[in-house]
Amino acid sequence: MADYKIHLLVCGGTGCKSSESQILAEHLRNEIGNQGLKDYAQVVGTGCFGFCEKGPIVKIIPDNTFYTQVKPEDAKEIVEEHIVKGRKVSRLLYKDPKTEKIITDSKGMEFYKKQVRIALRNCGVIDPENIEEYIARDGYSALGKVLTSMTPEETIEIIKKSGLRGRGGAGFPTGLKWEITRQSPGKEKYVVCNADEGDPGAFMDRSILEGDPHSVIEAMAINGFCTGASNGLVYIRAEYPLAIDRLKNAIDQARHYGLLGEKIFGTDFCFDITLRYGAGAFVCGEETALIHSMEGGRGEPTMKPPFPSVKGYLGKPTNVNNVETFASVPVIINKGFEWYSSIGTEKSKGTKVFALAGKVNNVGLIEVPMGITLREVIFEIGGGIKNGKKFKGVQIGGPSGGCLTHKHLDVPIDYESLVAAGAMMGSGGMIIMDEDDCMVDVAKYFLDFTVDESCGKCTPCRVGNKRMHELLVNITKGNGTKDDIDRLMNLGNVIRDTSLCMLGQSAPNPVLSIIDNFREEYEAHIAEKKCPSGVCKALMIYEIVPENCVGCTACARACPVGAITGERKEIHRIDPSLCIKCGACMDRCKFNAVIVN
Amino acid sequence: MSRIKVELKKKDVDTIREICKSFDNQPGELINVLHKTQHTFGYLPAEVQEVVAKELSVPVAKVYGVVTFYSFFSMIPKGKHPISICTGTACYVRGAENVLAEFKKTLKIEVGETTADGKFSISCLRCVGACGLAPVVMVGEKTYGRVSPEMVKDILKEYDE
Ligand SMILES: Cc1cc2nc3c(=O)[nH]c(=O)nc-3n(C[C@H](O)[C@H](O)[C@H](O)COP(=O)(O)O)c2cc1C
Repeated sequence: MADYKIHLLVCGGTGCKSSESQILAEHLRNEIGNQGLKDYAQVVGTGCFGFCEKGPIVKIIPDNTFYTQVKPEDAKEIVEEHIVKGRKVSRLLYKDPKTEKIITDSKGMEFYKKQVRIALRNCGVIDPENIEEYIARDGYSALGKVLTSMTPEETIEIIKKSGLRGRGGAGFPTGLKWEITRQSPGKEKYVVCNADEGDPGAFMDRSILEGDPHSVIEAMAINGFCTGASNGLVYIRAEYPLAIDRLKNAIDQARHYGLLGEKIFGTDFCFDITLRYGAGAFVCGEETALIHSMEGGRGEPTMKPPFPSVKGYLGKPTNVNNVETFASVPVIINKGFEWYSSIGTEKSKGTKVFALAGKVNNVGLIEVPMGITLREVIFEIGGGIKNGKKFKGVQIGGPSGGCLTHKHLDVPIDYESLVAAGAMMGSGGMIIMDEDDCMVDVAKYFLDFTVDESCGKCTPCRVGNKRMHELLVNITKGNGTKDDIDRLMNLGNVIRDTSLCMLGQSAPNPVLSIIDNFREEYEAHIAEKKCPSGVCKALMIYEIVPENCVGCTACARACPVGAITGERKEIHRIDPSLCIKCGACMDRCKFNAVIVN
Repeated sequence: MSRIKVELKKKDVDTIREICKSFDNQPGELINVLHKTQHTFGYLPAEVQEVVAKELSVPVAKVYGVVTFYSFFSMIPKGKHPISICTGTACYVRGAENVLAEFKKTLKIEVGETTADGKFSISCLRCVGACGLAPVVMVGEKTYGRVSPEMVKDILKEYDE
């Protein structure tokens, strides 16, 4: 790297790119050129900083100034004020929403204080399109170390002792998986990286591939060395065009540097990676379905055993790991298993990346040590609930996970505790919900998803989930009956016990956990025909408050079905049997006379 | 669904053959072939599937099975400006449903349909991973963040010829 005194890191992740961060980077470069500072300051397009809520982000090194929501028009001021005159542009600095204090150094932000970034170590730090920057941060040194000074067994031992478990959902011990694949007989073996990331609301794998693709490539090669595979495949969603580009570019660079291909590091080890694209099917994230999809077929899961480690792609032993799992591997080799296993809880070691989304102030990507509590994540790192509303629940583990509530806020986050609480780690999506969200509607939403994504192969999942969905639709329309909760629970348990793959087995989880934790909301819908949060349209009743109505006729004119009657200057009335609950009257009324019950 | 009849020109057949050949006519490459073919033609009508099947030496039923399994593949042409509304969880809890309803109301089409003039089509997708910008809408390659129903008219206006 040239001897730049100042680096301007501009986030180039999908979120910030959609807010014109690329144009911003160009403007910054131009301004720096205009000021004749080309050899003094450098603009670097990086991967995601995680703080997506306030993107696009520009971070200035060495003083860690953290500018948020920067627009291309701001480039001139940043360069003229900050770079030339050394004065921070205070209007772009981050303001702590609780204390209202301006924070100049990102290290002082609540969002980053409790984070430990291991899998995300390079995201938002290096230029992902430049292999030299990865190498400058110890990149490919772990691969060099294992190839030139260690045996596969020794390497597997380190991964085993580190306690690393699969980050794709199930939490299977990674070292053990590598060992099983190594011991499976066969000359031809495969390494597969699962980058299907189907959980809606989770985007950690995408961010890692966009921000630090080489860490995954390096780990796949290490895995190939350990298991005896010389072919790697990445199965990646077609919805992630930027991640695909960055990964392709990284693979080309690695080949060019001799880090993929023949005789890597002058040893006999050969390894290369190709890409396979998903085509929009959630179930393809399941490893057996993923393998069938890679073989060019429909992505339908098959029974396990045989596990992919024994019989996988083209019937050969195949080691399938998740993106985040792989991204953690090189650091563990470099820093040692003692270091890694000192982080986390007894059974869940290290860190986990979570995607915080929904009604939380700081939407974004965070990496925290296992064992941290939900309260710390939502109220400290996440900055609490948006618009000062009340926290209601958090869905963890996506459509297969569960919805937790107030009473779980102090549960430590690790694989076992989450399952005990009725949720699961899943891929690490965390959707936060507030008082305005109707939990029955949320349950319906998730089931809608699983019904849509069920591959249709086994009956409990294909038919059972559909029936559950119908029950929920009925409840949200006010047609639920007293027995419906029991029916949902019975059906849910049958589906859980009898479906072929985890998609079906876990599909009832959101519904059941919401019955556990928010039973009163189901009951309000069924017994009182009321939606306490005012979400379920069919259960709303629009009324006119006589005291507020001035008889202006605006509502009656706005009503598309003529459900409102009343003479000018007289109190109006809504006929509930005609009302279609479109809300047009409410929007139109200037006197707050229309209310919903 | 009424099926659209398509007459493939020789030139089109050659293009498909070329694509198949670029993947060595390997049956295992079916999904990659379909991706590339759809990218070229915009959609995958039955006639196109028949050519692919022949080239890769697999039954047409298998190709059809794959095309209909994956939501990314479509057998009807999309609009000139395909609108995709993210209905991932993050967007959902931040009001994607209302945005979708507004698009449907304004364009008078349902999800999976194309306007009569072929200009717009609506589809839903599951999470583009830009949850910080929820709710997210994509028109073609362009992403719109923090979309509210009120913004729908202005977004559509950008595509006036
Ligand atoms: C319905 C379903 C969807 C899944 N989706 C994903 C996914 O998107 N990404 C992923 O890495 N694992 C996913 N998994 C888990 C994989 O089957 C597999 O356990 C994982 O890729 C193994 O890697 P790991 O041990 O590193 O976690 C899914 C499982 C199921 C049942």
